Amino acid sequence: MTGRALLPILLAAILIGAIPLFVTANTVLNFLVFTLIIALAAQGWNILGGYGGQFSFGHAAFFGTGAYAAAILQTRFGINAWAAFCLGIAAGAAIGWIIGYLSFRSGLRGSYFALVTLAFAEVFRILANASAVTGGAAGLLVKLDVRPENFQFSSRAVFVWIALALVVAVLVLTAWIERSRFGAQLVAVRENEGAARALGVDALRVKLLAIALSGGVTAAAGALYVQYFLYIDATIAYGTWISVEALLAPIIGGAGTVLGPLVGAVTLHGLGEITKTLAGRVPGIDLVAFGALLIVAVAFAPDGIIGLARRLRARIGRGGGA
Amino acid sequence: MLYSPAIVAEAIVNGLMTGAVYALVALGLTLVYGVLHIINFAHGALLTAAMFAVWVLHSAFGLDPYLAILPLAPLFFALGYAIQRFVIGPASHGDDGNILLVTLGLSILIENALLAGFRSDTRTIATDYGFQVVEVGPLLLSMPRLIGFAAAVAVTILLWMTLSRTDTGRAIRAVAKEKLGASLVGINVGHVYAVTFGLGCACLAVAACLLMPTFYVNPRVGNAFVLVAFTIVVLGGMGSIPGALIGGLFIGVVESLCGLYLGDSLGQIGIFLIFILVLLVRPTGLFGAKA
Amino acid sequence: MSLLSVSHVTKRFGGLVAINDASLVVEAGSITGLIGPNGAGKTTLFAVVSGFEAPTEGTIRFEERDITAVPTHVRARDGIARTFQIVQPFAGLSVADNIAVGAHLRHAGRADALAVAHDVARRVGLDRDLHKPAASLTVAGRKRLELARALATGPKLLLLDEVLAGLNPSEIRDIVPVIRAIRDDGVTILMIEHVMQAVMNLCERVYVLAQGRIIAEGEPRQVCEDQAVIEAYLGKGAAARLSSRAAGGAHV
Repeated sequence: MTGRALLPILLAAILIGAIPLFVTANTVLNFLVFTLIIALAAQGWNILGGYGGQFSFGHAAFFGTGAYAAAILQTRFGINAWAAFCLGIAAGAAIGWIIGYLSFRSGLRGSYFALVTLAFAEVFRILANASAVTGGAAGLLVKLDVRPENFQFSSRAVFVWIALALVVAVLVLTAWIERSRFGAQLVAVRENEGAARALGVDALRVKLLAIALSGGVTAAAGALYVQYFLYIDATIAYGTWISVEALLAPIIGGAGTVLGPLVGAVTLHGLGEITKTLAGRVPGIDLVAFGALLIVAVAFAPDGIIGLARRLRARIGRGGGA
Repeated sequence: MLYSPAIVAEAIVNGLMTGAVYALVALGLTLVYGVLHIINFAHGALLTAAMFAVWVLHSAFGLDPYLAILPLAPLFFALGYAIQRFVIGPASHGDDGNILLVTLGLSILIENALLAGFRSDTRTIATDYGFQVVEVGPLLLSMPRLIGFAAAVAVTILLWMTLSRTDTGRAIRAVAKEKLGASLVGINVGHVYAVTFGLGCACLAVAACLLMPTFYVNPRVGNAFVLVAFTIVVLGGMGSIPGALIGGLFIGVVESLCGLYLGDSLGQIGIFLIFILVLLVRPTGLFGAKA
Repeated sequence: MSLLSVSHVTKRFGGLVAINDASLVVEAGSITGLIGPNGAGKTTLFAVVSGFEAPTEGTIRFEERDITAVPTHVRARDGIARTFQIVQPFAGLSVADNIAVGAHLRHAGRADALAVAHDVARRVGLDRDLHKPAASLTVAGRKRLELARALATGPKLLLLDEVLAGLNPSEIRDIVPVIRAIRDDGVTILMIEHVMQAVMNLCERVYVLAQGRIIAEGEPRQVCEDQAVIEAYLGKGAAARLSSRAAGGAHV
């Protein structure tokens, strides 16, 4: 991988990683951890939706699976929190592969794929809300026992860095995908599946790999959520809110770009905080802004903020040359 | 678990009555899909908005929910027309993926604007006839739900007649079949799209008026309906109006029976499983033509 | 040795018979033409050979191996590449990235794939457009891109579906030698073509498909004089009218 690809990633990591060194306010650190968790979930969506062109409206299915798997393995089976975290990722990838296998093999795409992912997430939500192993509607509490080997830390700064490390790892993963055969084939399937198959691309295998990776990454966000808040219930885990967040951030930031999900998540939640401050604590007001922003982005910035920045740079470059 | 035939029969009849209103919600969705070939994810939020409108008219002016059809159906037609013409159409640049995202954005916007305006409280309308029952043979049926059933069936027939008998209906069907050809013979496709979207929203307004005497409204209520409506539309065959009616009635009965046998919290699962199965096995629907 | 042999293939779509008991053989190292009036089933036959459609009856053999049930992408791996009559570029990607998708079939590394893409682009005359978005190419450029992508997969058999359609005479003149050079590099070609001048020029053997049936085969010149072929193109009785006029001394 070239230095040019890694430089922006390094910059973003230093920029965000330095914040806890200067700011100790809990609200700021909370905001950071939460935004990074959303960014991670969105990075998962971006692999399948941004690069693969398969728009999932139900990434909650993976977020929730990661969260519940991590929580249940710790609380009910006494498995070490770090191991449970990794198994949560594996569970998300497995669920991704299964949902992908069922829907891609049936040839679902476009709005049909969006609908079926939405329905899977809803089925999981109803099941988690009703079943005993997930704690039903009361949810699941992870016992507070602040020790590093339990993936629990007294300092919020440590969580910022862990979340950031995960986000950076996926940034590097995404940058690698962009430059790999798998990435080229995935983008080809997005642009024109028939033509890709004629060129020897096994479209089903490529999409399955994408949805498994996607599910695993978004599940990591869910598992991290559990470690940070030490609580999960069906509405948080499998609710539409996270499906929407996971999709909004890449679209706003720039779908199918390495930094898009992170830029989108930071922009959205920064904007959310500003709207809340300006409009007072009216419930839902930040989401009103998100919805409007989504429409505006689709209408005027189809490649998101990253796309806008690229176009601006090209224009300045041309202007400087002339 | 075995229930007496009377209880099962009552569950089925109740399911049919709920199903008719589901069908009405699905009707708007399937109409829009059949013509514009898009799935309108804002459908649920628009239903919620219509239900709040019924509630506001009742609590502010004392207007009866059924009478609210008279102002609300045209109002929502106009609203739908404007949304398609001035938001969805221009913003999506004719790309299916974009339409999906724009309607999702609209849904988030409307739902949360309602949340900001009305807060998350659940509201109901109290009418004199809300709890009236009619005796039909051995069954006791709720009067407003019976009215809802009859009205939903009537609207479905009316819509079908409009599509098959009037000039506007013919234009809509022409655009649905062959967009380019229709525009070549002088049909204004943008206008027809907007009219279709408007009709879909008018269906929602009627559904809201029929629902409110027995149902409640909160900013998230539309979500429950819209997922059911998606199921009906997929089941009945995307774009098929009779399919929406039959699918709606079927889903109403399934939900009612699942509720009876599985309990309310798991009752909805039956619907989603049908939904996923139909999508995976036969995405053109049970009544739709093979693609 | 025959590289491809299609035997007794029938393809029905519901009640419509698109291909009716068609058989043809493509010899290794040849350029074989497939001609016929519009709607004859030529593109459907390509879809069957490349695995996009399964035949209702009949078998496809490639290098003496039955591949009738083999999926499209595996056929590409085995060495069958096709272009599309209606060009199908990856519109959001650059020309180089488009071709690299084909090159990736036999080259895992990005640098290798891009090197192959450059090489292929030079062979088809696209080397100046490598960094342009595919969507910005002209019709002729897109046809070349179709060719380049298919060629980048390193095929043994290249199926060309009307790569000359929509081009002007000078563009056709430019691309005919490109196609011949591809064959001279060892790639066998089966081409659907309407531009008869090019067919005459390039093909050693021609099959004529009309209403789903192979109605004639042979050398291009011989096939063009075949009565059945003339009637298929120009209507019943046309052959008789033409030959009576020829007898009267009038040349068409």
